[in-house]
Amino acid sequence: MGEYALHARNQLVGLAGIVERNVYLTKRYILWDVAFMVWTIANTLTIVFIARAAGLDAARENVLATQLLVGAVIWAYLGIIFEFMTETVAWERWEGTIEYTFMAPLSRVVHLSGQGAFAVLYGLIRATILFFAVVAFIGLHVPNANFGAALGVLAVGSVSFIGVGMMTSVLPLISPEKGAQLGFVAQGIMLVVSGVYYPVSVMPHWMQLIAKVSPATYVIRGDRAAIVNGAGMAWGDVWPLLVISVGAIPLGLAIFRAGERYAKKHGKLKRSG
Amino acid sequence: MSTFAPPTSISTHRVRRDVPAVEVRDLRKTFRRRDKKAHRFARKKPWPALHDVSFEIARGECVAILGQNGSGKSTLVRLLSTLLIDDGGEARIFGHDVVREAGAIRRLVNRVSVEASFFKRMSPSENLSYAARFYGMTPRQTHSAIPEILEKVGFPADRRGEAMENLSRGMQQKVALARALLTSPVLLLLDEPTTGLDPRSKLEVQEFIRQVRREHDATILLCTHDMNEAEVLADRVGILDRGRLLFLEPVADVKQRFGVETLEEAFFAATGREFVEHEAEDGDGADDEYREVFGG
Repeated sequence: MGEYALHARNQLVGLAGIVERNVYLTKRYILWDVAFMVWTIANTLTIVFIARAAGLDAARENVLATQLLVGAVIWAYLGIIFEFMTETVAWERWEGTIEYTFMAPLSRVVHLSGQGAFAVLYGLIRATILFFAVVAFIGLHVPNANFGAALGVLAVGSVSFIGVGMMTSVLPLISPEKGAQLGFVAQGIMLVVSGVYYPVSVMPHWMQLIAKVSPATYVIRGDRAAIVNGAGMAWGDVWPLLVISVGAIPLGLAIFRAGERYAKKHGKLKRSG
Repeated sequence: MSTFAPPTSISTHRVRRDVPAVEVRDLRKTFRRRDKKAHRFARKKPWPALHDVSFEIARGECVAILGQNGSGKSTLVRLLSTLLIDDGGEARIFGHDVVREAGAIRRLVNRVSVEASFFKRMSPSENLSYAARFYGMTPRQTHSAIPEILEKVGFPADRRGEAMENLSRGMQQKVALARALLTSPVLLLLDEPTTGLDPRSKLEVQEFIRQVRREHDATILLCTHDMNEAEVLADRVGILDRGRLLFLEPVADVKQRFGVETLEEAFFAATGREFVEHEAEDGDGADDEYREVFGG
């Protein structure tokens, strides 16, 4: 095997190793996962029941409830992607393995992509369970839903979410606790401007401007149209996601590399506590 | 006892045989930190961790660097592990610069530190699998290699699936040694590998280090504050004091040079101070980071 082929093979094995590690951790913490799942379903129900209280006829109530549900599911999905990406460094630092991981011959793009790949897989499973659990509980009807298009929009959007997540994942490397805090702030801002439970047009103008560069805006709009109206993947939602993805991944990696260099220069690349 | 075979996925052809395993020239590292008693907004001051450190280690040699807490041992190991960027001088491992050619070095080096450092809920086998994947070892390779290396370090087979958090410190350190050896490094960095272990575990780990030297083509840099350990394991012993490497020679030469019987006496002769263990300030910014994280 040539040197480049061997290198590529080793990197792929390393990527699989990150996914495998997360599978092990999920198995070890499975009861926490069940608890969070129940909590998320309960929380989503509190939002979707708002449609019942709106005093609408049955058909319009069903549409409003479905719109709210799509918003809540995307919120939960994005939360998982952001949590996994932002906590990439924080988990390793907390467990004490950070030095071993960062001195291993695994490229940073593969390292972060592995974490992103598992986050997408794990997030999709949870989002699917959440969606159908609430649909069954409330008795929603989604006869026109185009699940293929909804998944397609989510898949394209996930790339840009991972890119933005890469940018925030560097924060705990520079400042362990403040970094994690800023990650939550970034996640919150992205979601609030993206029209999770309401149209973007109801927000102040300056928030609408931020919404234009948030990938969540296009994912929520595209998925809502696909689930409620049975729409296909609209180019108007896809092209902004592609543009953001093309920019966000290289920018996220560049920011992470700069942060890693800063951490190495200042002795921050080490375990804490 | 079986001989552990290195994984084929690890490229060894990059290891140059015409250069020393480790070459360090005028290596400097300074951190910035606040005085422990200063308020949290006080300006940070320069805290030199390494001053113009120079030495070489030949391939296959075992060298021990002795020093008290805060002497710069861990900083040296972290620089050679590509986890720090120096402020001057240079360090090369098998001819590769540790900063500019970090990627090449990472395939050649592994380490064991004072803290075992594992995912605590995962088992030894799972932790070793995770570490091995980074070095290109597939599940098929680790399926046989992990039980083999764990057996070799004396880890009981019936506890391979237990969570790390349920294992004793000695057991965890054996798994740490297994992790380092699993990837067949040609340079093994041991940073206080026996600190905090009970006497029996300490002897077992030391015996394993001897075994590694006998059976592997490994060069070893051992950083420790245990003078006896350094004397029994290393070909040459150096003393790092406040970031300065005072000497690096065979133990007999050190004793002869200072006209003393022990390394403790040699340390006193070289520095004018007793070699005592104390809670010295760590020179690599740990306290600052601790303060930042926990608001201490």
